[in-house]
Amino acid sequence: MSTQSIDQRKGRDEANPFVKWLRNNRRVLTSAGFLAAMLIVFIFANPNVFTQFRTYRSVMIILPISIFMVVPLVFITTAGEIDLAFPAIIGLASYSFALIVDSGGNAFLGLIAALVTGALFGFLNGALVVNLGLSALVSTLGMNFLLRGLINILAQGYSRPVSEIRGTVLQQILTGNHIFGIPNQMFWALLFAVFGMFLYNYHKFGVHTHCIGDHPGSSKEMGINVNRTRIMLFVFSGIGAAIAGIFSVMINFVWYPTTGDAMLLPVLAGIFVGGTPTWGGIGTVIGGVFGVSIVSFIETGVIAAGLTGFYTQFVYGIIIISSLIGHRLNGDRIR
Amino acid sequence: MSENIIELKNVVKSFGNVNAVDGISMTIKRGEVVGLIGDNGAGKSTLIKVLSGVHKPDGGEIYLRGQRVNNWNSARSRLSGIETVYQDRALAVQQSITRNIFMGREIVNRFGFVDTSKQYQEANRLMREIGFTSKVFDPDSPVATLSGGERQGVAIARALYFDADLIILDEPTTALSLTETNKVFSFIENVKARGRSILFIGHNIYHVYDIAERFIVLDRGRVILTLDKKDTPSAEYLIETMHDIARSGHTTSEVKA
Ligand SMILES: Nc1ncnc2c1ncn2[C@@H]1O[C@H](COP(=O)(O)OP(=O)(O)OP(=O)(O)O)[C@@H](O)[C@H]1O
Ligand SMILES: [Mg+2]
Repeated sequence: MSTQSIDQRKGRDEANPFVKWLRNNRRVLTSAGFLAAMLIVFIFANPNVFTQFRTYRSVMIILPISIFMVVPLVFITTAGEIDLAFPAIIGLASYSFALIVDSGGNAFLGLIAALVTGALFGFLNGALVVNLGLSALVSTLGMNFLLRGLINILAQGYSRPVSEIRGTVLQQILTGNHIFGIPNQMFWALLFAVFGMFLYNYHKFGVHTHCIGDHPGSSKEMGINVNRTRIMLFVFSGIGAAIAGIFSVMINFVWYPTTGDAMLLPVLAGIFVGGTPTWGGIGTVIGGVFGVSIVSFIETGVIAAGLTGFYTQFVYGIIIISSLIGHRLNGDRIR
Repeated sequence: MSENIIELKNVVKSFGNVNAVDGISMTIKRGEVVGLIGDNGAGKSTLIKVLSGVHKPDGGEIYLRGQRVNNWNSARSRLSGIETVYQDRALAVQQSITRNIFMGREIVNRFGFVDTSKQYQEANRLMREIGFTSKVFDPDSPVATLSGGERQGVAIARALYFDADLIILDEPTTALSLTETNKVFSFIENVKARGRSILFIGHNIYHVYDIAERFIVLDRGRVILTLDKKDTPSAEYLIETMHDIARSGHTTSEVKA
């Protein structure tokens, strides 16, 4: 980068704090803009459907599950790692929840059991990657097969209805009432995202996550406990998966052996569409929320626009690629 | 004044079959400026990385202020008052200047949340103090937008901020202009005046001669010469002595002029 362009950059900073704010937040703003643009296209394509609140509410019923998952995955991606085991951990953690509730156990106990399961297998992922030095991409992919296989062996293909949870205090709080027509789980998910955003930008854990993804060697030299932070990131991902799994069961009132399976690609896409790049060191939690929202609206939008379901994947592809182009055009990669 | 800040005894560090540090003993006293010299690959950076806790030694002992230390690591060494400016600068270039200055030692409250406005102010003050450029710094700018000299300034500002007892500088003047080099030197004079110790690594023996009070020469992982400034009339003498040893093939650590 030439000296001149640096000077221009500095000059801009001084001139206008608003421009500086825009520049510092350009990734999240790009993904917000993308979501808005996409919804506008849908509104024009089918005003009937996309001016009705019902449409948005139906998306907001299940969108929270993806939000719980995408937040820790943005952390993991920022650290330069990847976790492909989350779908199976969602399945396994919610299985322990469903087992306890279905056998007459306390729902809070089930919740704890699910969280412990998620944290434990997250830790296992972290230990494999950090202590044994396995590639995160391959070992978590292997873990995803392994744990889904374990679920299949344990459940023998049977679903678990957990209708006894309906109407309990826990269920009422988490996925019960609608406030202004917005399902409760949406508020919990947004609360989680805001918590994640503060953790990511202002907590030591989040700051270290950035530094590690940016340059693990420098981070180590400056005294950051790189290995411990990396393991904690996988534990965080496991906990996110557990919460996603609990909500999934609380929303559907049934646990399937496939719970979580279909989330792999949409949630991964949401990370990158939301503005967190693959190379590590930077990213945005709120962008990730926009990212999974974009992905969630695609299917509804495609059908509502009068296209058949055959178009869904095609449109997915267009949106993922064009959003990446959008992020790239909107800022240089500086590493 | 003769208190040992740090002492190494027979420290060994190998990478595969490369004995980068091959049984080195040395001490750095309070208020002392030591110059570490040696060819490329002599083991200087490896040695200081053992000192600063980045590398775990394969053998030998480390004493901090007379106390044997175990499980030495970067975090411990920093908390014990040792700051290091690494040869590679140890920066995370996509992060802001502020974040780099406080990397690994953030100002946090008891819940671990970073006091970003305090850090911003401190970084701002520090960058102005260092004055590595005439332009006004924005501590929020990513380090990737800085020049080599400015990046070096960030690394030095970081070492300066924590008011360490021992500051290790691994080739701090490489890639710097003459004025910037002079700034580094006046920074070292400042640190010296405050009674702090410095371990200075440099390729330019004239620089090292000007700065240090004691010289340690490494060759292939071993100390081949230690000299006090009072026994060294000139930089030329230092260079000459190094050449003599290289020719005669001495490898003892106790060659004295
Ligand atoms: N992380 C590492 N892995 C493997 N070998 C290494 C590593 N670090 C250093 N070495 C080797 O150890 C030896 C000493 O390297 P070191 O960086 O300490 O030298 P130096 O004296 O600092 O040289 P320079 O003046 O070029 O900086 C070299 O042969 C180098 O290749
Ligand atoms: Mg070196």
